[in-house]
Amino acid sequence: MSFIPSCKEVSELLSQAQERPLTFPEKFALHVHLPLCKGCRNFREQLGFIRAAVRRYIDQDDTPR
Amino acid sequence: MTANKTTNRSAEAPDQAALEQFRGYLLRYALLQLRDQGAAEDVVQETLLAAIEGGGRFSGKSSVKTWLTGILKHKIIDHVRRQSREQPLMAESDDPERSETEAVDALFAADGHWRNFPANWGDPDRSFENKKFWEVFEMCAKLMPAKTARVFTMREVLELSTEEICKELGITATNCWVMLHRARLSLRECLELKWFGQS
Repeated sequence: MSFIPSCKEVSELLSQAQERPLTFPEKFALHVHLPLCKGCRNFREQLGFIRAAVRRYIDQDDTPR
Repeated sequence: MTANKTTNRSAEAPDQAALEQFRGYLLRYALLQLRDQGAAEDVVQETLLAAIEGGGRFSGKSSVKTWLTGILKHKIIDHVRRQSREQPLMAESDDPERSETEAVDALFAADGHWRNFPANWGDPDRSFENKKFWEVFEMCAKLMPAKTARVFTMREVLELSTEEICKELGITATNCWVMLHRARLSLRECLELKWFGQS
């Protein structure tokens, strides 16, 4: 990874952050990139939404509580 | 309702009728992972039978739903194990995987920038209340290539860790991350095109 990571690399890191703790250099890369990039910030939000949506999909309201 | 009684009365085995009420939920759970109506119905049937036979083992410490989900998870993992022996993820000479890589590459320019920047979805949780959204979600989940979807649902539906997925499927952690990344990009792209970009 070069000093300033690309959106593709950042999207990979954001995805992996849902599986494992990122290393310090990886966190730094996000820290450099994200404030400058609305697209990747939106992507980060969407990852959280997708995870929540899968849970909600399974749990739709036709089962007793 | 009967179900409430069964969940509240601790340690009493739920009867068949109470268990039946969870069939729809269990089927959605299984179908998202297995993507095959027949196979999903089979594992749900096995789960309900196991629950009826093993009702005595219901401790009442968790809800009936949690208990059933636990049984179903094991049945699904067994199924995925058999499936991955029959169609290993990596012994892959056919094209779908390659076209998946191309599909990801197509989302980014040569310098690694998004070709189309992910849009602001506003308050996406509001869509949860919309029936139409779930139809779109279902369709987008089905569009995901089969093997990518298998890894994605093991992670997000069965809630296995990367290590567990690697062990089950005989793939490396890096490989697993690549497939999860692809899966999320694919789902994201589809939801944006078919839902969030529409309004």
